[in-house]
Amino acid sequence: MNVMAPAAAADTLVRVQDLKVTFVSREESVSAVNGINFELKRGEVMCVIGESGSGKSVMMRSLMRLHPPKRTRIEGAMEVDGYDIQGVSEKQMRQLRGATVSMIFQEPMTALDPLYTVGEQIAETVRIHENIPQEAAMKRALELLELVRVPSPERRLKAYPHELSGGLRQRAMIAVALSCNPSLLLADEPTTALDASVQIQVLVLLRRLQKELGMSVIFVTHDLGVAAQIADKVAVMYAGRLVEYGSVQDVLLNPKHHYTKGMLASTVAEQEKGRPLGAIPGTPPDLRALPPGCSFAPRCRAAKAQCRTELPPETDTGGGHRVRCLFPL
Amino acid sequence: MEQPVKKPEPHDRDLHPRDRGGPAQPMLIARDIKKHFPIHAGLMNRQVAEVKAVDGVSFSVMKGETLGVVGESGCGKSTLARLLMHLMDRDSGEIILDGLAVGEYQGMPLGDLRRSMQMVFQDSYSSLNPRFTVEDSVAYGPSKQPGVSKKKAREIARDLLEKVGLRAKLFGARYPHELSGGQKQRVNIARALALDPRIVILDEAVSALDKSVEAQVLNLLNELKAQLDLTYVFISHDLHVVHYISDRVLVMYLGQVVEIGPVDKIYASPQHPYTKALLECQLSMDPNERVDQAPLAGDPPNPVNPPSGCRFHPRCPFAEDICSSKMPALGDTLRAGRDDHLTACFMAQPGSGHSKAPTQADLLKRAAAHPAPMEV
Amino acid sequence: MTDATSDPISFDQDADLPQAVVRGYWASVWNRLKYDYVTLFCLALIILIVLSAVFAPWLAPYDPEKSSMAYRLKPVGHDKYILGSDEQGRDILSRILYGGRVSLAMGILPVALGTIIGGIFGIIAGYYGGKVNMIIMRTMDVFFAFPSVLLAVAISGSLGGGIQNQLASLTIVFIPPLCRVAETAASQVRNMDFVDAARASGASTFSILKDHVLITVISPVLVYASTLVSASILLASGLSFLGLGVSPPTPDWGLMLSTLRQSIWVQPLVCAIPGIAILITSIAFNIVSDGLRVAMDVKS
Ligand SMILES: Nc1ncnc2c1ncn2[C@@H]1O[C@H](COP(=O)(O)OP(=O)(O)OP(=O)(O)O)[C@@H](O)[C@H]1O
Ligand SMILES: Nc1ncnc2c1ncn2[C@@H]1O[C@H](COP(=O)(O)OP(=O)(O)O)[C@@H](O)[C@H]1O
Ligand code: SF4
Ligand code: SF4
Ligand SMILES: [Mg+2]
Ligand SMILES: [Mg+2]
Repeated sequence: MNVMAPAAAADTLVRVQDLKVTFVSREESVSAVNGINFELKRGEVMCVIGESGSGKSVMMRSLMRLHPPKRTRIEGAMEVDGYDIQGVSEKQMRQLRGATVSMIFQEPMTALDPLYTVGEQIAETVRIHENIPQEAAMKRALELLELVRVPSPERRLKAYPHELSGGLRQRAMIAVALSCNPSLLLADEPTTALDASVQIQVLVLLRRLQKELGMSVIFVTHDLGVAAQIADKVAVMYAGRLVEYGSVQDVLLNPKHHYTKGMLASTVAEQEKGRPLGAIPGTPPDLRALPPGCSFAPRCRAAKAQCRTELPPETDTGGGHRVRCLFPL
Repeated sequence: MEQPVKKPEPHDRDLHPRDRGGPAQPMLIARDIKKHFPIHAGLMNRQVAEVKAVDGVSFSVMKGETLGVVGESGCGKSTLARLLMHLMDRDSGEIILDGLAVGEYQGMPLGDLRRSMQMVFQDSYSSLNPRFTVEDSVAYGPSKQPGVSKKKAREIARDLLEKVGLRAKLFGARYPHELSGGQKQRVNIARALALDPRIVILDEAVSALDKSVEAQVLNLLNELKAQLDLTYVFISHDLHVVHYISDRVLVMYLGQVVEIGPVDKIYASPQHPYTKALLECQLSMDPNERVDQAPLAGDPPNPVNPPSGCRFHPRCPFAEDICSSKMPALGDTLRAGRDDHLTACFMAQPGSGHSKAPTQADLLKRAAAHPAPMEV
Repeated sequence: MTDATSDPISFDQDADLPQAVVRGYWASVWNRLKYDYVTLFCLALIILIVLSAVFAPWLAPYDPEKSSMAYRLKPVGHDKYILGSDEQGRDILSRILYGGRVSLAMGILPVALGTIIGGIFGIIAGYYGGKVNMIIMRTMDVFFAFPSVLLAVAISGSLGGGIQNQLASLTIVFIPPLCRVAETAASQVRNMDFVDAARASGASTFSILKDHVLITVISPVLVYASTLVSASILLASGLSFLGLGVSPPTPDWGLMLSTLRQSIWVQPLVCAIPGIAILITSIAFNIVSDGLRVAMDVKS
């Protein structure tokens, strides 16, 4: 494994500007992502947190250009490692996928092919990008399984996905994703389906690999505890917008947006027993018809008349801690 | 609105009209429940092994109490729930509901059990019939009871939908695919309550929900419990949630109970190494407290051919020779009181032969520190 | 909207939507079907075809069995025979109308009986599983192992000719595949938690089969059954051709198709007419079943 530039190298790897993703069909259009801006440095881990349906996965898939082009309207600019994701040819994009950007999914069972052994799948991915013989690719696969600390890797190389437990499957998935030394790893809720005991193993492993390989990671989760474990930066997503963005300490310990505050208050961890949890009332807005102002206004306890008409701009409250709220905390 | 939920204490509670045994009689007693699934393979379809999904589980649930059941996936929690509900035949053991043995001669007929005990299922996708409207799903149970008309059943359903925070006018005619996960789980809760049960088994009722929705549903469960005088068995693999909602906690490992006791004792001073490890696996919300080493190595082992002796010994950092040869006993959970804390580990049992087992002197010291008698 | 909005646990954003009507399942299926004009058209077509077969004696201009040597193989549009005549000079229109009686009966009845019997066995096998499943499905497999044509011939052969025996043999042929479809669907439902929830609320096995399993199984079974209608018409005529069904002067679409085949170079259009009748009938059945499937899917 060739170790890449150390995490200290401070140049920007990902730059996303005013990204908008709309799914159009004959009947309706769904605005899943509504103007996202962020930059990610090399070797940095950003966690995107938000409720189900807030557009986290859609944003990740846009970075890989995986959306069906006919039904999807993408606006704004995305740049990864100097490549303009919107502009590159399909052939170049295929090269980028896996080699520069790769992705791991929430449900490893659907992402691995049940008909091939784990070893064959890793070798296959390696051979798509590097012109090496099958034997060398299998050797690489073995190294990768060792890298993700799968116990008895020789035996696991020949195992089919269904023969592995959830945790091992997720490790195999990570091995596939790391097979070509990507500089950006997109992880879409890779630990949500796992037991707490296995989740923590995978988190520790991911963090160690990220440090060793100097990768940047965008990690989607709806669990604030996971974000606290792994993130350098945290982006809070609501109805397709980043409503708060900043360092993990700033966002989790000193939230500025009412939604982030609400999420923290509704987390069960270390709550007093017998006292109702501070749940955020209501449900997220309908993405087919977003309210004109702050999309959190219908559920916000601090909402004023202005919030319903005026879209809050992103304002920097200091030190790169940005928030989209007219009346921040 | 931030008032503490009123939690009825067992002694000052008014007796439920359908109560039989009085406040001291546990709501539910499970005695030595076993369920082994045979595994067939080969040409002749011979039995080649057994999954010991639930292997000798005993516990009791007091009236008005919430018993939390925790453990990694595959340890037999859902199987236990189905056995309690009689959705699956047990191999052996006894289930006693408010003093009456269920399904036995002169005991409680299954129909009565169905009215007294209900369940909320884990998977909110498969637990509602996609072709039934929300109202039909909730009304189904009551409409199958003798003497309840279709119209009355619908009325019950509409009332309950309002009770779980879904406006019947709006949601009654919807189909499950038109609901969010949290809404589906509310419908499931409404359905479980439709027969006016006294005890509800909640199998991972909030596990599939977003954290913000989880909080809404937990609040709802607490409110309903106080309002309807319910007893809960709350199954979950999320220790934060179990801590918040339970009065007592039962920890399961590979089909057996390894520790049981009041929630505060279990969380403040866990005795079993497995419980300790599970507790360490809870993630802190503070980014400054990061773990560098996973507290539990390896995967949850397979209940097919479980290890000999203490089932936890292959993963236990304190395992000694005795642990792989002898099985540590938990003690009699049915005779133990509400405040007793029992542990199936040699380290907690004096004279067990484990080098870390307490000596008589330790016990005396501990008894001096805690004047209340503490059974071990 | 009075108490709900102030209550933190019930906060509906869409609180001002109009009240939706609660309909039963079948009422809602009809409600969806009502706007599917293609399906309705095909349904009307099927009804029309069935009625024209039923009222053939009143509609047919000639006796379908009366031959006339002078008017053999007349073309379509002939001023005596609108749809022409066959190689024995019999009026095609009358034969099509009368033939529909046998052909539709042979197309629909065995499939309907097979659906009911196969469906019941399939539901029982799928829901109970285990030994019951093994006994039913292995028995079905024995029949399913033969090609359907061979099986039909073998059964008819052993039962002897005649329309009842033909019906019986075709029904037996269609039971196994329909049973298989029903079994697959039923065994999927059996593992769903809502079935356990129904059991937990005290519903009897019969109510569960009736309320939960049937409603799920019926849609794939109906769709599959409709594709068997045309196969059944052809299979029945095959049997008749071998002397194991209706005997030759009696008209039957399949039989007409095979006897007219010899004259295909003389009057291609006339020869195609029985085939067109079969084609239209089976397409109509397929479209109706497809429409039903869509209407029975609550997500549409
Ligand atoms: N191909 C598509 N066509 C139309 N709408 C889509 C499509 N993909 C996603 N959406 C919609 O976009 C919104 C955001 O979806 P997304 O999958 O990004 O949510 P998420 O934040 O990843 O949620 P989760 O936590 O459940 O994974 C949802 O309302 C979803 O229904
Ligand atoms: N019907 C069944 N047949 C065979 N094995 C089963 C069956 N149901 C559950 N099991 C096995 O029993 C064990 C316990 O399962 P379960 O009770 O679902 O665990 P949990 O709910 O704790 O995750 C698992 O190993 C599971 O695979
Ligand atoms: S802009 Fe207004 S409604 Fe939106 S979060 Fe801030 S205070 Fe609440
Ligand atoms: S009995 Fe032994 S192996 Fe089991 S938990 Fe205690 S110390 Fe560990
Ligand atoms: Mg997602
Ligand atoms: Mg379970």
